[in-house]
Amino acid sequence: MSLVHEIDYGTPRAKSATMVTLTIDGHSVTVPEGTSIMRAAMEMGTQIPKLCATDMVDAFGSCRLCLVEIEGRAGTPASCTTPAMNGLVVHTQNQRLQTIRKGVMELYISDHPLDCLTCAANGDCELQDMAGAVGLRDVRYGYEGENHVFAKTKPSPGHDHSPHDCENDHWMAKDESNPYFTYDPSKCIVCSRCVRACEEVQGTFALTISGRGFESRVSPGMSESFLGSECVSCGACVQACPTATLTEKSVIAIGQPEHSAVTTCAYCGVGCTFKAEMRGEELVRMVPYKDGKANRGHSCVKGRFAWGYANHKERILNPMIRERITDPWQEVSWDEAFNFAATKFRGIQAKHGRDAIGGITSSRCTNEEVFVVQKLIRAGFGNNNVDTCARVCHSPTGYGLSSTFGTSAGTQDFDSVEQADVVMIIGANPTDGHPVFASRLKKRLRAGAKLIVVDPRRTDIVRSAHVEAQHHLPLLPGTNVAVLTAMAHVIVTEGLVDEAFVRERCDWSEFEDWAAFVAQPKHSPEATGIMTGVDPKELRAAARLFATGGNGAIYYGLGVTEHSQGSTTVIAIANLAMATGNIGRPGVGVNPLRGQNNVQGSCDMGSFPHELPGYRHIAGDAVREQFEAMWNVKLNAEPGLRIPNMFDAAVEGTFMGLYVQGEDILQSDPNTKHVVAALSAMECVIVHDLFLNETANYAHVFFPGSTFLEKNGTFTNAERRIQRVRKVMSPKNGLEDWEVTLGFAKALGYEMTYSHPSEIMDEIAALTPTFAGVSFALLDEVGSVQWPCNEKAPLGTPVMHIDGFVRGKGKFMITEYVATDERTGPRFPLLLTTGRILSQYNVGAQTRRTENIVWHEEDRLEMHPHDAEMRGVRDGDWCRLQSRAGETTLRARITERVAPGVVYTTFHHPTTQANVITTEFSDWATNCPEYKVTAVQISPSNGPSEWQRDYDEQARQSRRIAIPAEAAE
Amino acid sequence: MTQATSPDRLIYMANQIGTFFRSQGADKAVPGITEHIRKFWDPRMRKAITAHLDAGGEGLDPPVREAIAALKG
Ligand code: SF4
Ligand code: SF4
Ligand code: SF4
Ligand code: FES
Repeated sequence: MSLVHEIDYGTPRAKSATMVTLTIDGHSVTVPEGTSIMRAAMEMGTQIPKLCATDMVDAFGSCRLCLVEIEGRAGTPASCTTPAMNGLVVHTQNQRLQTIRKGVMELYISDHPLDCLTCAANGDCELQDMAGAVGLRDVRYGYEGENHVFAKTKPSPGHDHSPHDCENDHWMAKDESNPYFTYDPSKCIVCSRCVRACEEVQGTFALTISGRGFESRVSPGMSESFLGSECVSCGACVQACPTATLTEKSVIAIGQPEHSAVTTCAYCGVGCTFKAEMRGEELVRMVPYKDGKANRGHSCVKGRFAWGYANHKERILNPMIRERITDPWQEVSWDEAFNFAATKFRGIQAKHGRDAIGGITSSRCTNEEVFVVQKLIRAGFGNNNVDTCARVCHSPTGYGLSSTFGTSAGTQDFDSVEQADVVMIIGANPTDGHPVFASRLKKRLRAGAKLIVVDPRRTDIVRSAHVEAQHHLPLLPGTNVAVLTAMAHVIVTEGLVDEAFVRERCDWSEFEDWAAFVAQPKHSPEATGIMTGVDPKELRAAARLFATGGNGAIYYGLGVTEHSQGSTTVIAIANLAMATGNIGRPGVGVNPLRGQNNVQGSCDMGSFPHELPGYRHIAGDAVREQFEAMWNVKLNAEPGLRIPNMFDAAVEGTFMGLYVQGEDILQSDPNTKHVVAALSAMECVIVHDLFLNETANYAHVFFPGSTFLEKNGTFTNAERRIQRVRKVMSPKNGLEDWEVTLGFAKALGYEMTYSHPSEIMDEIAALTPTFAGVSFALLDEVGSVQWPCNEKAPLGTPVMHIDGFVRGKGKFMITEYVATDERTGPRFPLLLTTGRILSQYNVGAQTRRTENIVWHEEDRLEMHPHDAEMRGVRDGDWCRLQSRAGETTLRARITERVAPGVVYTTFHHPTTQANVITTEFSDWATNCPEYKVTAVQISPSNGPSEWQRDYDEQARQSRRIAIPAEAAE
Repeated sequence: MTQATSPDRLIYMANQIGTFFRSQGADKAVPGITEHIRKFWDPRMRKAITAHLDAGGEGLDPPVREAIAALKG
């Protein structure tokens, strides 16, 4: 093994289709028009010395190290800023160039510390490399003159040793404020790569070069610390820095890595790929992979830095069991745990029937791990009581898109956004939830694409550095369908429908029914404005822009799905895309932004109780028989229970055993009290996770899990892209997660034999037509593929529905707005909606166990100043949040981001107990809970509620682990 | 709706499904509801709602009643 090496071409790839040919050092080279001479040279293998250029940002031309000679031109132009042109004859090295370069380097080095041997970047420093490349042998200038290197100037002859005389005004102390990287200004060469990375790649504009000439310095914000500035800690600047100025603290602590493997982030649905850079089995740093097709070399703070949880002291490494949830845990061997669990589960089946047990697959685990869990349930348990946490987030996407288009997935790849002209974001907060996609989107917006945001809150994307939405429609939570139908009304009644597209691709008579429906006056923006709170003029303008602005792309999130009309909203989105002809080519489409890393994959792998892998209904004999033949067992043809149905059945006494793989249902599911009642009613709950999560407080068996660094497999991101997860260290708990499931299955008497996850993927491919071409060998060869990947599309399918919809004709469906039954009234006059923030992830189990807590110590309740004043709540005050389901307390943040009448909170911390408040109302089609609308009341309070205190006490009791008795050997 | 247990919760869910399919046009309502429930509800839930219909079906909207009756077939 060695480090995965990526070539730095110096400047970004040019996209032109026109090619130009030039001669460099006697060799002819052909490149796309717009390519720099530097890049052209690198493509033929010649590296021109450079410092201020790197291929993640546009060239700037400041260091003057990359000079070349061009025949027939005077002077020595910079190769990074000079474009290749037909017929140029370029020389990259001769005496004159070398002398100039040496002079440049000499100046740099004379103001740079020479502590290379002890520098953290030793071995990975471009300044060092370039000193070698230009043949620098001695430096004629000393540090006596002005410099940035020393805190104090060197004593000179007339030096009077007073402190004042010693101080060096040019010197700046290190900034250690960011938990993950250090800024050491004494090593800065002011190449501005970091500044450009922050602007062009990340889009945050947190860094500037302040001052001029010798005074110029990199500075976050207005001379703030990194932590105190706008910086979101994405790390792009650290990656761009050619010196040790910006360096990962882990590299400073451990040293330079010696080998690496390409793997996929285990946090969000963007699916960034990284090089995991290692020393032995120790992870040194994660560096985003340039060839990663989802992230193109970028990442966010979570994927790059927040992996410390893997070594957190609270991670559980031994299997544990207990008879009652009031007992302390007993550590046991794997076999004891498997047998204990199997005996319990078989006992429950004997007593309550075959259908009394089930399981929940994890959207964080690999495809292979999810596949074996659903196989265990269908084949080993003998029922279809399998569900996944996608139930509580994107199940309406599956229903809505398969009904209208014929597939349960987004239609595009992320690259597609580069060709979008109008982007509509509905119920999603990409800068926090899907940061790398947000960076790519912002780049496109800065280049001129238009933006429409449909969201109750003024999210960051509505207005941020150099990005401003043309239209923000701040609708009341729960009125998505009314707003989208009103947009359709405008498009139909103003004659903006793409009729040619609809006639060719969609069922025309269904379209006519739909058009007649949306055209009714009661669906006009003016008529619906009172319910939705959206200004009709803005809505009309937004609809016109979307229909006529060129390529229109829709991206949506949980603000769409987590409603009682979640599925209807997805259908309304699909209708809009079809009516405007925005399906089936790059730059358009309907794109769900998935929450967890493998939500798409866990759905694809047959995690829903009515569907076998590949979204085929369990009642279909032909498909089921294929699985029966392969698995050598008779399968149950009836759909099983969905998560909320499992809870109801548990309370009723017909569902008594649950195997939960890598999810914290108690914290993430609505109406916590009901979930507690359900879990307490069960006879055996098995939790398979890294930590004693909240659900584990009610568990009888704990199988310790492995992290994504400790296993092989694949994740499938929001663009249907299947990517490898590669094992870089041995599982600290002893087994990879798929091996845990296999061990449990064996104890239950249903043995599955795989020696490597690649064999599981082979079985998936054999049974699932959309995965037919997928194998680990293919992924190792080409990096990633987007399903469908089969004979017709051997390298996968970036854009779907190109020549026609998967279901045949696109299906328009009527979307009647039905107000949710969760209504405000005198007792509960405010609407609560929930969301997430950048630095934390989901229920926070991982991110809370990293340094990311510096950005988010607690969940806060956002409320409008008007509502706060009426209730006597001030910023930072504790307040009581009550709904029909329950109450909790948390601290207030007063902000105009939310409209009067609407309050907002995140759900990353268990003590907040936001789901004590949320109700069990759910999507009509899929039972996806209505997290996004809860009627609440708020009043001042002086601390945690009784429920929170009781809950904490229960949790504390339940987490006790018995001290093992002396081993009697 | 705090501790809703069946059949209350099932009635609520069935009516919600009914509301959607009713809006799809009169002819599509009953078959749409029947198909949806058959596809997504596990047998114990279908049994419970059918039993509830047999016991008078209180609270079920008209097309939903029809659709549940058709479930048995
Ligand atoms: S970490 Fe990211 S946001 Fe912060 S300064 Fe660097 S590039 Fe900008
Ligand atoms: S911090 Fe690094 S990237 Fe930024 S200007 Fe200084 S040397 Fe260049
Ligand atoms: S959390 Fe999402 S955006 Fe951040 S690095 Fe991971 S996959 Fe990329
Ligand atoms: S690399 Fe071209 S001027 Fe710096």
